[in-house]
Amino acid sequence: MPGGRPARDHRGMPIIEVTGLRKSYGGRPVVDGVSFAVEEGEIFGVLGPNGAGKTTTVECVEGLRAPDAGQVRVAGLDPRADRARVTRILGVQLQQSALQENLTVREALQLYSAFYPAPADWRALAEQLGLTDRLGARFGALSGGQRQRLSIALALIGSPRAVVLDELTTGLDPRARRDTWQLIEDVRAAGVTVLLVTHFMEEAQRLCDRIAVLNAGKVVALDTPAGLIRRTDGATVITFTPSRPVADLDLAALPAVVSVRHGEDGQVSVRGTDETVGPLVALLARHQITAHRLQVTTPTLDDAFLHFTERET
Amino acid sequence: MSASTAVLRAEARLIGRNRAGVFWVVAFPPLLLTILGLLPSFRAADPALGGLRMVDAYVPVAVLLAVIMSGTQVMPGFLAGYREQGILRRMSTTPVRPLTLLTAQIVLHTLVALGSAVLVIAAGRLIHGVSLPRHLPGYSVALVLAALVALAIGTIIAALVPNTRTATTAATIVFFPLVVSAGLWGPVQVLPEIARRVVELTPFGAAAQALGQAMRGDWPAWSLLAVTALWTVALIAAAARWFRWE
Repeated sequence: MPGGRPARDHRGMPIIEVTGLRKSYGGRPVVDGVSFAVEEGEIFGVLGPNGAGKTTTVECVEGLRAPDAGQVRVAGLDPRADRARVTRILGVQLQQSALQENLTVREALQLYSAFYPAPADWRALAEQLGLTDRLGARFGALSGGQRQRLSIALALIGSPRAVVLDELTTGLDPRARRDTWQLIEDVRAAGVTVLLVTHFMEEAQRLCDRIAVLNAGKVVALDTPAGLIRRTDGATVITFTPSRPVADLDLAALPAVVSVRHGEDGQVSVRGTDETVGPLVALLARHQITAHRLQVTTPTLDDAFLHFTERET
Repeated sequence: MSASTAVLRAEARLIGRNRAGVFWVVAFPPLLLTILGLLPSFRAADPALGGLRMVDAYVPVAVLLAVIMSGTQVMPGFLAGYREQGILRRMSTTPVRPLTLLTAQIVLHTLVALGSAVLVIAAGRLIHGVSLPRHLPGYSVALVLAALVALAIGTIIAALVPNTRTATTAATIVFFPLVVSAGLWGPVQVLPEIARRVVELTPFGAAAQALGQAMRGDWPAWSLLAVTALWTVALIAAAARWFRWE
């Protein structure tokens, strides 16, 4: 694509493509064959426990690190070989927001605007991020949330086609976190693709169209949040107190059952999936057993996360 | 506004906002010269100095003090901090290279040091009647070489230390040999022959002698300029080799 920015109308074309990415530090593999593709206009989550290789993966996307093996493409470009063009397309918010202590918010916005050929209007951005009344404040005097918002503003200031946001809401209070989520939804609504690194399930579930779950340097699952939850075995828990004892064998024979446990006062809890619920109710009906205090707990993304990341370790 | 201009502007403001740095580089050297020049012993013509007064011989020393403060004391803190806080790293994810920031720092600290040198010369002339440099080209060459040496030393300090705190400690340690060789504890001219020969092999000892000669109206001895230039080249090469971005 010589000259100018690539056209925006490639719906469904991946804007970020990672294929077979490997990276080791001192012989220890940190990223071990990671592949995924982020499509234009989506919010794509990278989820995983600490040390799973999330940050190293996105640092390769940002061009901060050179992969040992595999390929990274941003809008078809190599972030290291085509640094000049990739940095114009890709906005970045690093895990540790870093700016000169004595630089004011206004100066930081103006400075970073000058780095890009077609910057966004920094005043509008400051307004949108609630920084207007802090324009004269120095970076060193900002609260954690304000620093974070400024760092998002700087990631967006170059009118990027995609942004990488790493541990965006870590250290924010719940209120500020929710405001930030709204902001990310607004960013996407404006047509910017978002690659979001996080370890907050609630955040991933609320924001992401698709999630790659990383564990020990590998992608252990890649699906929509609902898809990840559906694929979680044994996360649906059905508890009830039967009017008469039920044979364990009958319960264990139900579809997708993982375990059957007996609690106090004759309470039974059956661990399975959505598919377990109907047949269980039918079984009880056939035996004319009444289920007291019947409760079905459906899995959350938390369960899915634990499911996918525990299996490997 | 181009990216480099924007970076220069922002860094100029930041250097100005570092009050301690501004004091030690811009205010302290002229102040020191002014105060020392008030002492009677500094105002009497000294045969050991070829009939010059001590305050005359001290102008090049105060000029070098400004250069040393700026390049080796103030600048390393900025550079080490920018690396430690990830500012260079953040910048490398933008279309602007972090080298732009480094260059802006070096250019600005050079300008501040040279500005301070002019203040020192002006204070000497106006307050104590010290003659202006009579051989201006020779004086300028020696001064620019000295400034480059100081910046290279500062960059090496920033290159080798892990953080701002260590940068300050390292800068303090190198400060004393540098200012002693520049003549803060007694100008080079008053030293015994052997000591003078040794000091003239150091970058600031040679620069101090060269500045003194240019002030009196001669083109500085080539040997002195050569010593300063060799140090400049060697130290810049070392700084460029050792500097780490992360």
